[in-house]
Amino acid sequence: MNAPAYNFAYLDEQTKRMIRRAILKAIAIPGYQVPFASREMPMPYGWGTGGVQVTAAILGPADVLKVIDQGSDDTTNAISIRKFFAKTAGVATTTATDEATVIQTRHRIPETALHANQVLVYQVPIPEPLRFLEPRETETRRMHALAEYGLMHVKLYEDIARFGHIATAYAYPVKVNARYVMDPSPTPKFDNPKMDNSPALQLFGAGREKRIYAIPPYTKVVSLDFEDHPFEPYRFNAPCALCGAENSYLDEIVTDDKGSRMFVCSDTDYCEGRQAAGHHGSLSAAPYKEKAPSHG
Amino acid sequence: MADALENDQPLLVANALSKSYGRIAACRDVSFALYPGEVLAIVGESGSGKSTLLQMLSGQLAPSAGHVSYRMRDGITRDLATLGEAERRFLFRTDWGFVHQDPAQGLRMAVSAGANVGERLMAVGWNHYGRIRDTASDWLTRVEIDIARIDDAPRTYSGGMRQRLQIARNLVSEPRLVFMDEPTGGLDVSVQARLLDLVRSLVAELHLAVIIVTHDLAVARLLSHRVMVMKGGRVIETGLTDQVLDDPREPYTQLLVSSILPP
Repeated sequence: MNAPAYNFAYLDEQTKRMIRRAILKAIAIPGYQVPFASREMPMPYGWGTGGVQVTAAILGPADVLKVIDQGSDDTTNAISIRKFFAKTAGVATTTATDEATVIQTRHRIPETALHANQVLVYQVPIPEPLRFLEPRETETRRMHALAEYGLMHVKLYEDIARFGHIATAYAYPVKVNARYVMDPSPTPKFDNPKMDNSPALQLFGAGREKRIYAIPPYTKVVSLDFEDHPFEPYRFNAPCALCGAENSYLDEIVTDDKGSRMFVCSDTDYCEGRQAAGHHGSLSAAPYKEKAPSHG
Repeated sequence: MADALENDQPLLVANALSKSYGRIAACRDVSFALYPGEVLAIVGESGSGKSTLLQMLSGQLAPSAGHVSYRMRDGITRDLATLGEAERRFLFRTDWGFVHQDPAQGLRMAVSAGANVGERLMAVGWNHYGRIRDTASDWLTRVEIDIARIDDAPRTYSGGMRQRLQIARNLVSEPRLVFMDEPTGGLDVSVQARLLDLVRSLVAELHLAVIIVTHDLAVARLLSHRVMVMKGGRVIETGLTDQVLDDPREPYTQLLVSSILPP
């Protein structure tokens, strides 16, 4: 099954060792961005080159891999990466959150609670939370080193001044272990509370920016806010149209050009699991029933 | 009583400051003491070493020889060279202010005026939006900027407004010492006059010590208590402002004073 031309999990062993060293350092300093010698991967930047390298470095033959793209197991990006590792590492793949040991994700955390034997690998486009406020990398690194994070609140202040509330809906800045401010990759802020005190290890890889950072298990992760404008996770105020879930993160799907839309779980595995367990939403196909014969 | 004692001790002392770039001596053997509430103008033509001196005084440039000491808020006088980077940056955004000639250097041009003023407060841990905003509006009023413009970015402001915003942003943390580098450069005469008037009243009201670098003797006359005249990296004449400007001793100072057009 393994293509003989490749080393296990595509990268050569020296590269994997280099990435593992970066990962270990990242775990030792929660939230700190560790530079690493990111490699070219057989996919374009922005498609998860950082996440793929982290996954390749931590994957073992016994691992079970799940890949999600915006919560979904069946989009092009997710399927391609899953196939990539099935081919180059020969590992088992799954779509079930519970069965996976390594989950690579693009911008969502699964709804099913993670457990201690799992690693969540995030694909990160821009690892620097201060980037759009302070363009100089030398300056942002210094600000991290000295824990000067006043600027992060300037961004939140701007949100409130402009929209009346903190309008940042994704890539919502968090403080890890009461020290480093971190960009949780563009996950919706709905997922931020799941990062706090999670039993699973969370690794973040940014391929183009050549940075790896981590949240070790059971680490305190706090979303930044103001006393009079506290952090609030956001979700559409509707149940899932397929499984009726009231507390999952929803995607909005436009169904025609007259303004109709439906809301469905973004996490497809969670939604399918609930449907299989007999939950129904307003638009799920009801079991076919014979019409009662009409009399007269 | 305690206040009088406070004012008796110098806030900032420069001791034999020199800076050379290879063969070129940009600044030679400058010494002075600045007391709380005192405004010192450093005048001279361009290339005379004024800006180099200001950068050394504000800890942005390490002197080749000599040292600068500053009396911190806790009353202990410390050599700036012995401060760690974190301490120096903290000093810079709390107890000091720095007004640049070009407001774009001192402001964040893309974020609103309110956030510009509030940044120093947030940097020291203010975490209540309402209070930050109230303080910001208060300061905008004090520097005569219309409150309705609080959510506009400074790039929509005129040159004079930008400079006043920069002053508000610096003064919000209640500094004791403000450095000003040609604060009126590039402004037209009527705007200059208004800005100077504002600075003068704020300085008196807040009992600020100011070191102002300028080539404009009118600015020095209007704002400062003392004047230092620089030429070729040296201080050639120093004294009370009216003394130096009305009765200049050095030929170069006489030239400077006589080159102002009579009103």
